[in-house]
Amino acid sequence: MGGKVVTVTSGKGGVGKTTATANLGISLANLGKKVVVIDADIGLRNLDVIMGLENRIVYDLVDVVEGRAKLRQAMIKHKKFEDLFLIPAAQTRDKMAVSPKDMVELTDKLREDHDYVIIDSPAGIERGFRNALEPADEVLIVTNPEVSAVRDADRIIGLIEAADKGPGRLIINRLKTEMVNKGEMLSADDVFDILSLEIIGIIPEDESVLSASNSGVPVTLNEGSRAGMAFTNVARRITGEDVPFMNLEENPGFFKRLMRFLDGR
Amino acid sequence: MTSLLNRLFGRPRKGSGKTAKDRLRFVLQHDRINLPPERLEEMKRDILAVIVKYVVIDKDRVEIALEQRDRNHSKLVAQIPVVKQTVPPSPETIMDSHENNSDRPADETAGSVDEGKSADDDAEDAAATSDDGKGADEEEKENKN
Repeated sequence: MGGKVVTVTSGKGGVGKTTATANLGISLANLGKKVVVIDADIGLRNLDVIMGLENRIVYDLVDVVEGRAKLRQAMIKHKKFEDLFLIPAAQTRDKMAVSPKDMVELTDKLREDHDYVIIDSPAGIERGFRNALEPADEVLIVTNPEVSAVRDADRIIGLIEAADKGPGRLIINRLKTEMVNKGEMLSADDVFDILSLEIIGIIPEDESVLSASNSGVPVTLNEGSRAGMAFTNVARRITGEDVPFMNLEENPGFFKRLMRFLDGR
Repeated sequence: MTSLLNRLFGRPRKGSGKTAKDRLRFVLQHDRINLPPERLEEMKRDILAVIVKYVVIDKDRVEIALEQRDRNHSKLVAQIPVVKQTVPPSPETIMDSHENNSDRPADETAGSVDEGKSADDDAEDAAATSDDGKGADEEEKENKN
């Protein structure tokens, strides 16, 4: 059956699904994998700008589904990676233009000559989410350490289990370790206690993520970025590698303090 | 790992992070079985309305709560202390206790049946309601969604 279909979803909007999808696509390509990322958020296209490919779009997902374009024509090659492609969402249509069955057919074709197909799910629990979920071999749930995001993640996890696509793994995005250390933010452990789902990544809050989306160069390509390193680790875990969680991810506050202490500051 | 570090370095377990966790646990208990708090209250009233048709209960000590081990295991735990009645209730006495004691049926009924035996009553009460002596009546609802 070839490649693996990984769906990135969250329930709540604005938690970092698109950022996660772009960065996982780039990290996997960087690891030498053949990758296609699909923007399933029809009507609210965004993966193209996050990946810096917005000015290369000719055809989109709906064009392929409705037969106006061949699959290959809608696949936009990334500037830096030969084997990384984006299939953009249609901007002027709505989610009903694509069915879950269309997505299964599309991804089955893509599996044949790619290692990973990563689908950026829209927020919500309706058609767009169903489209993204149906072809998934693995589901990654992105959440923030914040009550509304965790609540929506719980709801989505229930729906994923009900669709027999479970259990899924969690990406905890935008964790502010300084705040966790002060007791003013849910920790990764707290989120795990509540959702009881395996954590595949903890992404620290990092200003370079905004700079990256400003410039259309995902943060994984910025070697000094902690968030970028954390995303790369998630990609390696997706490939089955056993990557220990960086202390940097979990408690940089402490390590910063330790470094300061050792530096005699 | 983090919890170990937290313990070693004594992260305070107060502050809004703890509040967030408690509030999440509460909303998820209700979300997961699709039973909002106001519906749970309604259900409690319905349950008690049925029970008082058959036995006299101590309304002030009734506890019906939702407990949850994880997403797929929720249960409703009820403690409904029953007040001992020396005379077996006939349909008429049930009607009576309904009408006369809608505010505090338990104490009134227990008192009127046998004034001199209140200590005895307590013992009977505990024994009658459960095996572990806590007066627990359990209703379990497994949630398969």
